[in-house]
Amino acid sequence: MARFRKEEKKEVPELNMASMSDIVFMFLFFFMVISNIREASLKVEFKPPQATEIQKLEKKQLVANIYIGAPLNNDENTLPPGKVSVQLNDQTVKQEHLTSDVRDFVGNEKESRTTEDAAKLTFSLKVDHSVQMRYVNIIKEELRNNNALKINYATGKKVDAQRK
Amino acid sequence: MARKTPGLNTASSADIAFLLLTFFLLTSSINTEQGIPRRLPPPKDPNVKEEQVDINKRNVLTVRVNFNDAIMVNSEIININELKDVAKNFLANPTNDPDLPMKESKDIEGIGDFAVSKGVISLTNDQSTTYNMYVQVQNELQRAINELRDQTSMNYFGKKYDNLDTALQKSIQKAIPANISEAKSKDYGGN
Repeated sequence: MARFRKEEKKEVPELNMASMSDIVFMFLFFFMVISNIREASLKVEFKPPQATEIQKLEKKQLVANIYIGAPLNNDENTLPPGKVSVQLNDQTVKQEHLTSDVRDFVGNEKESRTTEDAAKLTFSLKVDHSVQMRYVNIIKEELRNNNALKINYATGKKVDAQRK
Repeated sequence: MARKTPGLNTASSADIAFLLLTFFLLTSSINTEQGIPRRLPPPKDPNVKEEQVDINKRNVLTVRVNFNDAIMVNSEIININELKDVAKNFLANPTNDPDLPMKESKDIEGIGDFAVSKGVISLTNDQSTTYNMYVQVQNELQRAINELRDQTSMNYFGKKYDNLDTALQKSIQKAIPANISEAKSKDYGGN
């Protein structure tokens, strides 16, 4: 009789994996859109100071970075009297070439953009929190001489609740 | 008779996509470009002789930071936590104190007549001041200005400054200008 048919063992149906790759690709595109590839490897220590009144820079393409901090390797070029390096692009700057290097850097950054964008170009100073102001002042003076007046002090976001 | 194409095994394409995903996650950084924007003064023209601009003493708030990261405002040593209120009081001058900056009535688009403060904050650093302290001071000064702008904006438009249109933000900027001038850093000794 049909009622007492011996029950067949049910098999778990195999999952269809075809859509999984679609999902992962979606993730991939999402991350590709919101992120940007690191353009230069850091040669100096950079731990930004924390601040509350910060603004986001609008466009990634309109920012040129200048890193200032203690060198990560001993053989990097430094600016005396302390041990602080200035990194433009992917190289640390020699002290005797500082003026010409900054001028070339500003010139290159401006040239690689359209005239319209060059006017909006912001130079983001990524300075380690422990660096003395003398090094920052040197760079600021050089930028000023080269008519690169729009600058930005890169900072991290301080959580407001920690303030007293 | 047409042969039936066998179904492709797509299980591995997920693996490939994951591999790409991890690669991009590792080589990229999420946009973290943020900070305190500032404008440097234009370069000095060697042909033009520097004029000593005579600013009334009451219109200047001198902020000095020394090599020990201590702050002095108009010959008084203060804590970083007090700086914002001092700067705010200086710029707003709510009681029209004769020792605090003068105000000049200006007609500003969208606001009307507004008494604009003539106050300038003059910031002097020692060469040995740490960058962290410099940013903290800049931050506190900016905070004072932002709070004043928020207040003015609430009074006139009932909205916070950040939520205003660009045109109205410009008006507020004219009403509460950010006059921070940086003097050349000095080297008072220390390291």
